[in-house]
Amino acid sequence: MNKYLLYPGCSMDASAKAYMESLNTVVESLGLQLEEIQDWNCCGATEYLSINLIPAYSLIARNLALAARQMNGTRTVLAPCSACYLNLAKADHYMQERPTLGEKVNEALAAGGLTYKAGALEIRHLIDVLIYDVGLDAIRSKVVRPLTGLKVAPYMGCMLPRPDYQHRWSDHEHPTELDDLLRALGADVIDYPLTTSCCGGHMTQIGPETAFELIRRLVSDADERGAQMMVTVCPMCQMNIDAYQNEANHFFSTDYHMPILFFTQLMGLAFGKEPGEVGVGVELVSSRNALANIGVEVPVTQEPDSRRKAEGLPMPRRWTKHGTRKEAVK
Amino acid sequence: MSEQKQERVGVYVCHCGSNIAGTVDVVDVANWAAQKLERQGVIIARDYKFMCSSLGQELIEKDIKELGLTRVVVAACSPHLHEKTFRTAAKNAGLNPYLVELASIREQVSWVHSDKAVATAKSKAVVSGAVSRVVENRALDEIKVPINPNTLVVGGGIAGIQSALEIANAGFHVYLVEREPSIGGHMAQFDKTFPTLDCSACILTPRMVEAGTHPNITLLTWSEVVNVSGYVGSFNVTIKKKARFVNEELCTGCGICQEKCPKKVVDDVYEAGLGYRKAVYTPFAQAVPNFPVMDKENCTYFLKGTCKACEKFCPTNAIDFKQQDQTINIEVGNIILATGYDLFDARRVSNYGYGRLPNVFTSIEFERLSNAAGPTSGNIVLRDGKTAPKSVGIIHCVGSRDKNFNNYCSVICCMQGLKFAHLVHERTGATVYNFYIDMRTAYKAYDEFYQRVLEEGTLFVRGKVAEVTEAARKESEKGKLIIQVEDTLAGKQRRIPVDMVILSSGLQPRADAKDVGKLFGISCSMDGWFTEKHPKLDPVATMTEGIYIVGCAQGPKDIPSSVAQGAAASARVLDKILQKEVALEPIKASVNAEACSGCRICNGLCPFNAIAFIADDMVSEINPALCQGCGTCVAACPAGAISGTGFSDTQIIAQIDGLLFRNLVEKPEMA
Repeated sequence: MNKYLLYPGCSMDASAKAYMESLNTVVESLGLQLEEIQDWNCCGATEYLSINLIPAYSLIARNLALAARQMNGTRTVLAPCSACYLNLAKADHYMQERPTLGEKVNEALAAGGLTYKAGALEIRHLIDVLIYDVGLDAIRSKVVRPLTGLKVAPYMGCMLPRPDYQHRWSDHEHPTELDDLLRALGADVIDYPLTTSCCGGHMTQIGPETAFELIRRLVSDADERGAQMMVTVCPMCQMNIDAYQNEANHFFSTDYHMPILFFTQLMGLAFGKEPGEVGVGVELVSSRNALANIGVEVPVTQEPDSRRKAEGLPMPRRWTKHGTRKEAVK
Repeated sequence: MSEQKQERVGVYVCHCGSNIAGTVDVVDVANWAAQKLERQGVIIARDYKFMCSSLGQELIEKDIKELGLTRVVVAACSPHLHEKTFRTAAKNAGLNPYLVELASIREQVSWVHSDKAVATAKSKAVVSGAVSRVVENRALDEIKVPINPNTLVVGGGIAGIQSALEIANAGFHVYLVEREPSIGGHMAQFDKTFPTLDCSACILTPRMVEAGTHPNITLLTWSEVVNVSGYVGSFNVTIKKKARFVNEELCTGCGICQEKCPKKVVDDVYEAGLGYRKAVYTPFAQAVPNFPVMDKENCTYFLKGTCKACEKFCPTNAIDFKQQDQTINIEVGNIILATGYDLFDARRVSNYGYGRLPNVFTSIEFERLSNAAGPTSGNIVLRDGKTAPKSVGIIHCVGSRDKNFNNYCSVICCMQGLKFAHLVHERTGATVYNFYIDMRTAYKAYDEFYQRVLEEGTLFVRGKVAEVTEAARKESEKGKLIIQVEDTLAGKQRRIPVDMVILSSGLQPRADAKDVGKLFGISCSMDGWFTEKHPKLDPVATMTEGIYIVGCAQGPKDIPSSVAQGAAASARVLDKILQKEVALEPIKASVNAEACSGCRICNGLCPFNAIAFIADDMVSEINPALCQGCGTCVAACPAGAISGTGFSDTQIIAQIDGLLFRNLVEKPEMA
């Protein structure tokens, strides 16, 4: 069976557009059939569940109810985003474990003419499906441009393997699925002890200093172990490491340049696709130099307009933990 | 019905101090029984402060004799506690003990209710049920079976050795069966024992030698029990003696074969994977017996058909490549199980990195590292085999007291952690950290040892370690294992870089404990340890007569406790042997062969292996000596062909009628 109900999630439309593009390319190459859940809504991401449980679960369960209604020939919901995967799995699990929660959520769903019986669907992440349904051998057979010589840090993130309600992962602290997949593509996979450490999540918005420290740990460890890039399965991880790396560099007066791509982008490249077909080149920390190691040439995209206009007044220097220093006189 | 038989029933309601009388109006219950249950045969009903006291018992005995009681109901505690007391009292007065019923109005009434009116009404129902039932009771006689004086001890660790020696020294024969090539168990792997720091081998090996040479002990190592049938007094046991490929008659234990064997393999058992042995080997120098065994899976001759170096060099021609597994049948009267424990697999706590980070060791690996006879000759070094650690972290409760793994406390780990701390300190001078949840150093001289280790300068951090990682965050952490822990006393997170981490892994039931339990007809607790008959008052017996459990097979424990249990079970066995015969409860099930359809549903349900299927007659038959009267088969039989003495359908239905006051004209008010 190769048909799945796709729950894309909000980021795939915007910040993780590269993930969506590469996902489509890879899925097509492997002959998987994805059917998008009609009229899906936000999963509530990492915040809503800590604010108000019943509405949060109802928000998630609406997607499950829609998927259950739509299932024809498959009961597997595929979520490419770790937060979406975790939320869907969590709602399904707790609605089963706590019947009163299930009842209350269904009461809310009834207002929209929907209902969901927990356990009716199988909730799985994209990489789980690729490894355990498609199989590494099938993936290996599609590789035409092995990633030989590309040193990658496999970064699984914290939301995917834990708490692992359905025992899907090889290990919840040190899962090896991403390592295995990247190895199948021919990449030189480093031993990355922080593979399930937190990227900071939405702390970038509410406590940036905390997030910067978490980002620094991840990036510096990957750098020290000789990784040329990090590879992730999660839109939030990708965004934090990519979009906030520069800010973290400022904050700590460091100078890391650690690109981070989605695993599907590397799969696409290994399958012989061109960078533009799998969203490579739109990342903020450019993967250009890293990908040169496997003979992939990423076209130079136009630098985005600098926010600081040349003719404007100088901005005050950013605060760093080493104190404010005077701008060097040119 | 009961009137026709004209049974004369006496009812005795116990106050149990205020245990019952505090919640149940016992006087009212007694008066009610005397008046309202008269038609059921009650001729006297009394209440008394403590029925179980000698005065209370005398009261019953007097009534039996003077009033000619033919049935007795005692409304008191659970039959588990005092059924025997009152049956004995009845017997003393000349009444068959099985004509006494206990109505539990304490465990099932006063302790679980708070409303006195409800509790009193319920007590009346329970008493009424017991009265209706007791008139249907039949006099039963105890079954006597002779006791075979031989004993089987399964497992040759310290607990099993102790059991075997005690019985053998008393002059009776013991078969000591051990799965591994040598007896000695886990204790033989240790370097020092807490809290006295005795050399483990020095105190163990004399016992091993004694067991190995004792005229009353038949030692069967490299052997396993494969079948058990029979019952207390006469068990038939089949033992598989695996081929050693060494003739024990000829072998002198000189060790030349081991020396000459060209095949080196990692020793996962005795050396815990840290050291090597040959394909033909004795696990350690003081092994008992000293005959080597050949590891067929790794022997070059068995793999490739050539080599035979051992055979060539053996001075007594003891190597025998043609040896076959042997099956030995023995008869014994009692069985002691001392099957021990498995170490918790620390790889399961993957955040501690065992199996991934080279310098994370388990407790048993550390025992081998610190043992003078171990792979490093007692040098405490890192996995590279040469570098001495400058700092060592010992993590307690690995896999224990953790709802992700085992909820229970493994008992020995705190003291073990302290012992390790002392040894590291003494031999390397390294800084030692202990990470603990609570320090549990109960028992004699244990806490003093804790104080001693504290004074030696070992550092203690109270908190459960979150992870052991090699991901350094700063220069001082590079190349180290960093222990991330919440220090709950200081109230802050700590990162402590160390060179070596030792995981104090917990103890687990043997992986095959459930199968072994089934083989011997005993049960396991939820956690998988063998279940004792009573957790406090009968810790070494099991619910199956004649089967005893000692040492870690029953639950985690240290060496002194294991030895004490080993000796305790021997005393129980000797008691049985000296009685020459044993009285069995006559509460048994039996099959009515005419009604039995031969469906065999009961066969698999019996927890005591008491039901056999007679293929010729196509019926099941219950061995009365093996049956413990649990009633499972009686309830399960779809044809109603099985009935239990003491629990016949007539009795049960009469009891239900009584409970529901069906045979009363005037039903009491139920509050």
